[in-house]
Amino acid sequence: MTILIAVLAILFIVLTFMVVSKTQSILKGLSKSDVEESEYLGAPDRYNSANGVGLFAFWLISIVGIVWSFIAYKKDFLPEASSIHGKETDYWFWVSMVVIMIGFFIVNTFLFLFSFLYRHNKNRKVTFYTHNNNLEIIWTTIPAIVMAGLVFSGLRVWTKITSEAPANAEQIDIMGKQFGWTVRYAGVDDNQFGKYNYKLMDDAGGNPMGVDFSDPNSFDDFANASEMHIPKGKPVLLKIRARDVLHSVFIPHMRVKMDAVPGMPTKFWFVADKSTEDMRAELGKPDFNYEIACTEICGRSHFGMKLLLVVDEPADYEKWKKSQKPLLTENPDLLSKVPDNLKAKAQKYTSTEPVAAEVAPEVVASSVLGNSSKVLK
Amino acid sequence: MSAVSQVEVHEHSEHAHEEHHELGFIRKYIFSEDHKVIAKQYLISGIVWAVLGALMSLVFRLQLGFPEMDMAWMKPFLGDWISLDDKGLGKLDPNFYLALVTMHGTIMVFFVLTAGLSGTFSNFLIPLQIGARDMASGFMNMLSYWIFFISSVVMFISLFIKTGPAGGSWVIYPPLSALKEANPGSGDGMTLWLVSMALFIVSSLLGGINYVTTVINLRTKGMSMDKLPLTIWAFTFTAVLGILSFPVLLSAALLLIFDRSFGTSFYLSDIYINGQALPNQGGSPILFQHLFWFLGHPEVYIVILPALGLTSEIIATNSRKPIFGYKAMIFSMAGIMFLAFIVWAHHMFVTGMNPFLGSVFMLLTLIIAVPSAVKGFNYITTLWKGNIIFTPAMLFAIGLVSFFISGGLTGIILGNSALDIQLHDTYFVVAHFHLVMGSAAIFGMLAGVYHWFPKMFGRMMNNTMGYIHFWITFIGVYLVFFPMHYIGIAGFPRRYYQWSGFETFNTYMDLNAFITIAAIITVFAQAVFIFNFVYSIFWGKKASQNPWKSNTLEWTTPVNPGHGNWPGEIPTVYRWPYDYSKPGAPDDFIPQNVPYSATPESNLPEENELIAAEKEINSIKYDTSLHD
Repeated sequence: MTILIAVLAILFIVLTFMVVSKTQSILKGLSKSDVEESEYLGAPDRYNSANGVGLFAFWLISIVGIVWSFIAYKKDFLPEASSIHGKETDYWFWVSMVVIMIGFFIVNTFLFLFSFLYRHNKNRKVTFYTHNNNLEIIWTTIPAIVMAGLVFSGLRVWTKITSEAPANAEQIDIMGKQFGWTVRYAGVDDNQFGKYNYKLMDDAGGNPMGVDFSDPNSFDDFANASEMHIPKGKPVLLKIRARDVLHSVFIPHMRVKMDAVPGMPTKFWFVADKSTEDMRAELGKPDFNYEIACTEICGRSHFGMKLLLVVDEPADYEKWKKSQKPLLTENPDLLSKVPDNLKAKAQKYTSTEPVAAEVAPEVVASSVLGNSSKVLK
Repeated sequence: MSAVSQVEVHEHSEHAHEEHHELGFIRKYIFSEDHKVIAKQYLISGIVWAVLGALMSLVFRLQLGFPEMDMAWMKPFLGDWISLDDKGLGKLDPNFYLALVTMHGTIMVFFVLTAGLSGTFSNFLIPLQIGARDMASGFMNMLSYWIFFISSVVMFISLFIKTGPAGGSWVIYPPLSALKEANPGSGDGMTLWLVSMALFIVSSLLGGINYVTTVINLRTKGMSMDKLPLTIWAFTFTAVLGILSFPVLLSAALLLIFDRSFGTSFYLSDIYINGQALPNQGGSPILFQHLFWFLGHPEVYIVILPALGLTSEIIATNSRKPIFGYKAMIFSMAGIMFLAFIVWAHHMFVTGMNPFLGSVFMLLTLIIAVPSAVKGFNYITTLWKGNIIFTPAMLFAIGLVSFFISGGLTGIILGNSALDIQLHDTYFVVAHFHLVMGSAAIFGMLAGVYHWFPKMFGRMMNNTMGYIHFWITFIGVYLVFFPMHYIGIAGFPRRYYQWSGFETFNTYMDLNAFITIAAIITVFAQAVFIFNFVYSIFWGKKASQNPWKSNTLEWTTPVNPGHGNWPGEIPTVYRWPYDYSKPGAPDDFIPQNVPYSATPESNLPEENELIAAEKEINSIKYDTSLHD
């Protein structure tokens, strides 16, 4: 393959030189030609042929440049896809890319070739050719058919990606703010999110996400502002929100992007199929990490809104979840936000010694009894 | 001379001329109602803004290409926006970086490519090419320029205020642009931005209504719609787009002003900022995006259609061949204009908008590729078997076609919502639109300046300098924007001050540095153009009446047309504007005002039948009872 391209490159370079040297001779010939009538100031001057040849030479050199640069830089194109839908969008990206590159090379070649072939020549007879309806129909129909093909493939993929998340999806509440991300998990005891309300947000009081502690589901919720963990091979549903200005969750390797909008929660679900360890082995980079970036301009440190993403094997993920401390444990002062009648239940999370053994059945019961339809707000 | 009917002008032309001799300097060159002077005013304002906008892009390109660079040397111009760290190294302030990006976009899209391009050439060419003495309302035209001028002054002032100009990017999405606490650029800078844009919209509407009215009402005898040059069709469609979409931007801006200053909640809801929950509830930031892109998308066609119109004219003239598919070109432009209104939400696939809406907009967006492709094919077929003269204008026109194709093709990927997920707001988008509407439109504008310079200033521009300008710019633009696609495919987000914080985006330093160097060379090559432009105005070679042997009516005016354009009667039009190299004709061009009866040797059979109708055209009397 590389040899083939090298041969082609050399061929094009030789062609270019031939074209350029031919220009020289033409230029010499032209300078001898007699002067046109003086009134015709726009008459072709002695650079006319050079310009026409130059356009075509430019195109030949460009082809070499495009092929070379494509090969040289290809390795960092579309960072290795690590989600199931990502592999599909990548596939269609390259299909579309091939289609448009064919169009790109054909159409530009005609443009520059005609500039070269039909550069001014005193003896040429111009073809008076005003229109051809058959041609118009042909070149309206062909793009239309190609477009239709791309539209329908795109629609199919898009509908699949944006469909409802499976019921067993792991839900994560991710909130953007100036300038960082915070993620919240539903907790290991009830696996239900507590409600939130922006009016309860309080950075100083340790509740930046506005979690409503009058909702007992919130007691075991835990949060993290430096990394997000997700399980490999299991659907993950991101419930996305912002608390100040627009942000956008962008996970390059997962082909995930969705704006975070204040006042309008958004969502995106996907299945990661390569754990962080898998990727480290595959890329041969022992310190590789998935990253989450912001892609909606949000102010001064827009470029610094980074969150690490760790994709665990499902068992490791469950272990990690269990090791996380609920918000109430992290910040026992939040107990003051819990209504008196629920304090007893909440206290389990604020005391350092877990009393889980006796309370646990009760929690399980409450999650079985209801609230299954009540998710986030 | 407003709305004066043709016949009356003929009768009173001598009086009219005496009056105009008395015009003082101010009425003649500053508060002028002459469309040609107003066009030049727009052109020069546009060039000044373009220089400013391009230099801004160099500052942020330096930051992106060489993030470690010591920028202390820019302190004399940028003052406190360059901060010195403990080692004495000058660093660009990240807020000012955002302000630069915002201003570059605003200036280039609105002040250069809308006012500078459409304002210049619609004003200059509409009366000259349709055979009118001036615009329908010269006064409104003057008002349009001076309101644009005030708008420019307001925007210019915003560059110098302490908190800096607007910094929420040119799309000014709230809540960022609505909350002063969110960003220094959302303070007074944003207020001035909104005031300036409101004035700009007023100016643009005054201009647009005038263009449409003039084209509909003031065409000369025989100039039926199917004999209009494609430039005029393009300007008319552009004006219609502007008239229908700019008011929506005004309402979007108005609601934003209310949210910012009067405590309403059109775009604001559930916001906690600076340790405080705001009372606003029930608004939607997405609403703003819909309203903004309802203008924002037609805006890109407002920018590109006039450029395509100019190109049609230049390519036909310099290929010495009729434009291929005149009617197909008109229908494509009409199709583009219509579709331009119903594709706006393709900018919003991942904003949280209902995905079904995304599907609909994806479908409509990819349809618009078809008329655009048809235009490209028609240009290329026009070159086929022509006899091409590569004037600087022609070179720029060919460059435009190449950019339009190359940049347009990537739109097929971005318009596909499934593929847009990964590429949205990355450098792929930046590369796409800078080629297809940025560089293409600038090339259209430059082509137009080179081509119509003799008619504007009565002198020729220097060709050699034109060639040098073209070659450096053409190669430079591709070197800047082609590699940018690669950076985008790698996922680099736009509007980032630097990427080094992310492992994922920690490659391609060499490409970014390369792009910056190419950008610097390209921008500085424009000095050749500016020198050529200024020098030729005063000392250029004297132009002849029709230097390009072109068919359209503007070349039948004197070398320096006075107020009223034609000293005597306005020529009557008998044929379409593209009779180049007609078989049998002695010359390779037949101007529009040459009747068929004078060219029996080259008439096509159906044209011989039209000779009978010429008497009818000649005997047209305009109804003089309607004016003023």
